Amino acid sequence: MQLIAFYILSTVVLLSAFLVIAARNPVHSVLWLISAFFASSGLLVLIGAEFLAMLLVVVYVGAVAVLFLFVVMMLDVDFVELKQGFLNYLPAGALIALALLAEIGVVAAATAAREASGFDPSPGADTNAEALSRVLYTDNLMLFQLAGLILLVAMMGAIVLTLRKRPGVRRQNISEQTNRRREDAVQLKDVRPGQGI
Amino acid sequence: MTLISDLQIAAPEILLSGFALVALLVGAFAGDGSSRFLRAFSTVVLALASLLAFRQVALPPEAAFGGLYQTSEFTSFAKGVVYAIGAGALFMSGGAVRRDGMERYEFPLLMIFASFGAGVMLSAGDLMSLYMGVECLSLSSYVLAAFLRDDLRSSEAGLKYFVLGALASGLLLYGASLVYGFAGSTRFDQIADAPYSIGLVFGLVLMICGLAFKASAAPFHIWTPDVYEGGPSPVVAFFATAPKIAAVVVFANVLFSAFGVMEDQWALIVAVLAAASMLIGAFGALNQNNIKRLLAYSSIGNVGFALIGVAAGETFGTSSILVYMTIYVVATLGLFGGVLAMRRDGKNVELISDLNGLSRMKPALAIALTALVFSVAGIPPLAGFFGKLMVFRAGLQADLLWLVIVGVISSVVSLGYYLRIIWAIWGKEPAAALDPVDFGVGVTVVASTVITFPVLVIWIGGLINATSFAAAG
Repeated sequence: MQLIAFYILSTVVLLSAFLVIAARNPVHSVLWLISAFFASSGLLVLIGAEFLAMLLVVVYVGAVAVLFLFVVMMLDVDFVELKQGFLNYLPAGALIALALLAEIGVVAAATAAREASGFDPSPGADTNAEALSRVLYTDNLMLFQLAGLILLVAMMGAIVLTLRKRPGVRRQNISEQTNRRREDAVQLKDVRPGQGI
Repeated sequence: MTLISDLQIAAPEILLSGFALVALLVGAFAGDGSSRFLRAFSTVVLALASLLAFRQVALPPEAAFGGLYQTSEFTSFAKGVVYAIGAGALFMSGGAVRRDGMERYEFPLLMIFASFGAGVMLSAGDLMSLYMGVECLSLSSYVLAAFLRDDLRSSEAGLKYFVLGALASGLLLYGASLVYGFAGSTRFDQIADAPYSIGLVFGLVLMICGLAFKASAAPFHIWTPDVYEGGPSPVVAFFATAPKIAAVVVFANVLFSAFGVMEDQWALIVAVLAAASMLIGAFGALNQNNIKRLLAYSSIGNVGFALIGVAAGETFGTSSILVYMTIYVVATLGLFGGVLAMRRDGKNVELISDLNGLSRMKPALAIALTALVFSVAGIPPLAGFFGKLMVFRAGLQADLLWLVIVGVISSVVSLGYYLRIIWAIWGKEPAAALDPVDFGVGVTVVASTVITFPVLVIWIGGLINATSFAAAG
């Protein structure tokens, strides 16, 4: 059962991964990417790494949603045109939704029928998360910190390349606003008719 | 093994990263006004880290962080050179940074992070820390290449570097995952003990591709001329020196320590990479008029020469790689100092014809550049000659006669374009005068010239002895 589930899921992963690069419409590739992530998280569940599976879905599918936004923003995809074919695409969409649902079923059935194997997904701990954090914060402390530094460099890079200090930007200065008196702002002029100021 | 002793073993990197974090806060609060101060301070810290790294050479090899970090004389020596050269590049960047509008506090910090990444990947004892180091170096490099963000060529250089670099990182990572899958461990010493399998060779080849890209060895060199031409000159001076020796030595270290037993598998691949790099470096540069592009091709060719040492294997090659690359990066730093000195009417000029008649305008700079060019070309009395001699000797000892012949041929061909520079400096009529040279640039060029000739010529035996620990056992 597990073997069958493995083959089904890996076929889906490979197929979707291929379609990511083969699809013409960038939005479609992003959707295929989600499908690939989803199926690979199923693979992770199969070996008993539930925590990683969840992380994959939460982080990557979440990130893909952001990527999706970027694609839409940068490539100027016409949404009206996309929506026009909605009914035509409905069967295909339903099919893929069904496939995703079937994947969940396959994974659930396979995990339920998991045979005893020599592989321990969470060595020395009760849960995945505990086992992971035990090595992450002890043996691989250096890698953890290095990853943090790399992210810091990435953040610095993003700021260096995009932040611009524009002169003449008017910012709200609250103390200045509250300190304003009537005399600073209002001048009374006695304007005589027909003369102006 | 306690954390404290781990930190002590990794002292140079701890110093760099700790300083960078503090300096980042200082910069964030004090703004770009602090950038001058931070640049000076960063130079000093890099020099200190270099001393600490050289101290590692004298100490016995140690492992820290459960084998993720590993010192050895070979890599620690290279690390010392990387940090020292990084300090030199930062030292001479001052004037150009100020004039070209790069005076931002992130600039020295990115240089520090890049050197830090180079140090981490040099001291890696594990595929994971290797990748982390490579990535830290590459990410900082992409940003540095695009640092002049309003300049079209600089942003193009950054983008090209990023896209191709990401591809190379992917190759490296894929190779590493195959190696992990087939060897069952990411530790270098355990990979070395793993039984031979085809999957391991596949992973090895992919990793070689990724690392060759980082070292800009042909046929993975395509990005080099564009990035060198487009990137800001002070940054390119750094790219062509510190990360270059780091990449070559990491290349050698990974092959020697993790895949040493599979030498017959990779020796030919590396030899072909070396031959291709030397030939492309020699012939590609012949038609270049831009001095930065020319130096890019020259660096591709020189990486090829260093790879002869790698192809010769651990027994013969170790010392020659270090000697060759050290001499090369010292001379190249000086040459890029020359590029930084090429300014006319406040603008950077970078054509070879802009050097016309330099001997009459600035005789000292002309003499220095001539010595450096000859050293990089490998003309006898200068240090570069001994570097080439060492790698050729290593190649001959390893029975790579054909590779040495290719090396000699491409040396002769590359003389063609080196002599073009010399001819422009001494033989042509002077054009309009160049601007005065910055103090930092002047000092660096003089220092690098003096090290190339006569210091390293007289003490070449000392350098060879200092780097021949592997042969001595």
